[in-house]
Amino acid sequence: MKPRHRRIALIVAGVAGLAVAAALVLSAFQQNLVFFFTPTQVAANEAPQGRAFRVGGMVEAGSVKRQPDGVTVHFNVTDTAKTIQVAYKGVLPDLFREGKGVVTQGRLENGMFVASEVLAKHDENYMPPEAADAMKKAQATNQKAVSTVVNAPSPSSAGNR
Amino acid sequence: MIPELGQFALILALILALAQGTLPLVGAARGAQSWMNLARPAAQGQFVFIAIAFGCLTYSFVTNDFSVLYVASNSNSGLPLQYRIAGVWGGHEGSLLLWVLMLSLWTMAVSVFSSHLPDDIIARVLGVLGLISVGFLSFMLFTSNPFDRLLPAAMDGRDLNPLLQDFGMVIHPPMLYMGYVGFSVAFAFAIAALLSGRLDATWARWSRPWTTLAWAFLTLGIALGSWWAYYELGWGGWWFWDPVENASFMPWLMGTALIHSLAVTEKRGSFKSWTVLLAIFAFALSLLGTFLVRSGVLTSVHAFATDPKRGVFILAFLVIVIGGSLALFAWRAHRVGLGGRFEVVSRESFLLTNNVLLVVAAGSVLLGTLYPLFIDALGLGKLSVGPPYFETVFVPLMAPALFLMGVGPMARWKQASLPEIAVRLKWAFAVSVAGALLLPLTMGKWTPLASFGLLLALWIVASSITTLLSRLKQTSGISVGAKLRAQSRSYYGMLLAHVGVAVFVVGVTMVKSYEAEKDVKLAVGESVELGGYIFRFDALNDVKGPNYVAARGTFTVTHGASSLGMMYPEKRIYNVQKNAMTEAAINTGFTRDLYVSLGEPVGATDNKAWVVRVQVKPFVDWIWGGCVLMAMGGLLAVLDRRYRVAARTRAETVPAINATGGAATAG
Repeated sequence: MKPRHRRIALIVAGVAGLAVAAALVLSAFQQNLVFFFTPTQVAANEAPQGRAFRVGGMVEAGSVKRQPDGVTVHFNVTDTAKTIQVAYKGVLPDLFREGKGVVTQGRLENGMFVASEVLAKHDENYMPPEAADAMKKAQATNQKAVSTVVNAPSPSSAGNR
Repeated sequence: MIPELGQFALILALILALAQGTLPLVGAARGAQSWMNLARPAAQGQFVFIAIAFGCLTYSFVTNDFSVLYVASNSNSGLPLQYRIAGVWGGHEGSLLLWVLMLSLWTMAVSVFSSHLPDDIIARVLGVLGLISVGFLSFMLFTSNPFDRLLPAAMDGRDLNPLLQDFGMVIHPPMLYMGYVGFSVAFAFAIAALLSGRLDATWARWSRPWTTLAWAFLTLGIALGSWWAYYELGWGGWWFWDPVENASFMPWLMGTALIHSLAVTEKRGSFKSWTVLLAIFAFALSLLGTFLVRSGVLTSVHAFATDPKRGVFILAFLVIVIGGSLALFAWRAHRVGLGGRFEVVSRESFLLTNNVLLVVAAGSVLLGTLYPLFIDALGLGKLSVGPPYFETVFVPLMAPALFLMGVGPMARWKQASLPEIAVRLKWAFAVSVAGALLLPLTMGKWTPLASFGLLLALWIVASSITTLLSRLKQTSGISVGAKLRAQSRSYYGMLLAHVGVAVFVVGVTMVKSYEAEKDVKLAVGESVELGGYIFRFDALNDVKGPNYVAARGTFTVTHGASSLGMMYPEKRIYNVQKNAMTEAAINTGFTRDLYVSLGEPVGATDNKAWVVRVQVKPFVDWIWGGCVLMAMGGLLAVLDRRYRVAARTRAETVPAINATGGAATAG
């Protein structure tokens, strides 16, 4: 009987260990999901407050403005229907350009999207799929009027990347 | 003419692969010697034809034959020769050809170095490898032919992606594929064991060196990829938990579990079914990685849905291979058996725990990689799983595994005693705790995470030394040198690989805890201080490369009174694709890297000011150094004498059996 008991104890311990591991994995998973929103969705207040998310679209032509400190950049991301103002502190990726697709990750602070990361993929013809999708959706709903959703407060600090 | 030759060679290779994938398997099932004997020549012929095809494609690249679509898309007449050669595997079709070349190379190696294996086993192993080859060759010929012509021919090529024009790109894919594809050999051995119903210590001894070798190549391949991302992407990151990286990391985790499980199967005859299952999973994850990277699902699930030919082919292949082998496993695993028993406290159970942790880790990476794809495919929205997820999951999963690396080698097989292990390892433990508490202070700041990471690393090293010493004590010999020589190469291989893990952990811990980074606007003549280093922006020049123009900054770095020399970061514009690319300048040291990259020019009035990112990365090179040690440990283990001794004694006895077997089937 004894070896059998031991075997059962071993199996129970193994299953308990796996359960702990699974719980750990799933809770970490839930906390670190980053959802994607289009500028239109952000304008409709669908995006979460105080939690990081991603916004994608096109960098509006003529909107990129460097702040006096030299490293902070403000620019507008648009899906042709709505526009959101983004602040980013740091070096922009090589393929970041006005009129090109972009995806940024960050949080909403006082109506401005403070980005901790700006992603532009390394391919000239390549539009980030999320960005392309956002623009397609906006065009499909036929909201042609471009309106600015944000008034521009000046953020003192930007992301930490 | 040459491309058509390559095409014909591929078709012939497919025909040989079909023969290799069917006849020997049937022969092995029926005991038909002459059919089994077909496996070797078919495998070797297949290798020759694929090598010819590969040579033809390389020739088209070298001679700038832009009438070949693939060459026109991935090369340019201005491209330097070494990158024209690397361009062969710079795109989808060519990297598949490289995959197939590697597969036939492994198959060829198995067919040559297997004279000691029984004929039915080798027929089955080569047969399974042949079937895999059929899948990939037909995928290439029917959906992704590298020899497709472009009519009319292009005047010039579209050029290789500038990111790939780099030494790292020349060697990273071949290494990675050697590892990826190498697991197909372990897989083939596992399937052969299921088919024959024979799985014993001898079987483990046959398949072990192949698995370890594949694992070593995969380790090197992943490390090269990480190193390449570090210096070539220009932002100083070394691992991004990007799906493409995860695709290579999952088979590595599974492969690591597999080589440890194989050790138990060889030494103790235990873990048999588990070993087979791990071999199936490791290869399945290699295939899944290929599917993820090659089908286009990562770029966009929708692009995959609109042009599904390639993706559906690989997906179907994936389902057939994984489903088929798991079904076979369910059907035949009981014939393989479980193997010897062991107690709760024993080396077996430590290795089993380590195995489970690695498998769970691989599972968590799989979840984080596939979940966004599923959600997107189901139309439930778009999301991404960020690096924080993988980091929070990995630390608690890997910490116990790293701790067990110290305990496992010390424990006896079958039944060990915890008090005894504790007594023998107490000094190792004391030394690592003391070191972990004190060492972070030398970096100027004590953090719990740094201390914990160093504790694990020191623990691995200290316990490895203790194990070696106690093993030497048990060895009889006149001198220490003789005792050292008496230990096997595979034992040293294990120690070296474990120390490699420790070195890797030091690198990761130090970088994570003490790296510093600053983005600043700098004009020529200005300087910035970071972590005691002063970077002075001395000059900005325009330089011309073979196929690009660049703005090159000149930085002088000083630390205290000593000058550390000049650094030259560049911002390049490649002539053909007009892409800007950041070429970082790195000053490499044993305990730190200095990293400078140019962002972009700022200010219309003062044209010479740039946004510059400077970074100090303590111990970052230890990350790749550790991987190199791991791979070297693997190679050392493969070179162990017992694999060759076993080969020789077998080779002497087996032919006699074969001769009678052959006569019996013939008669």
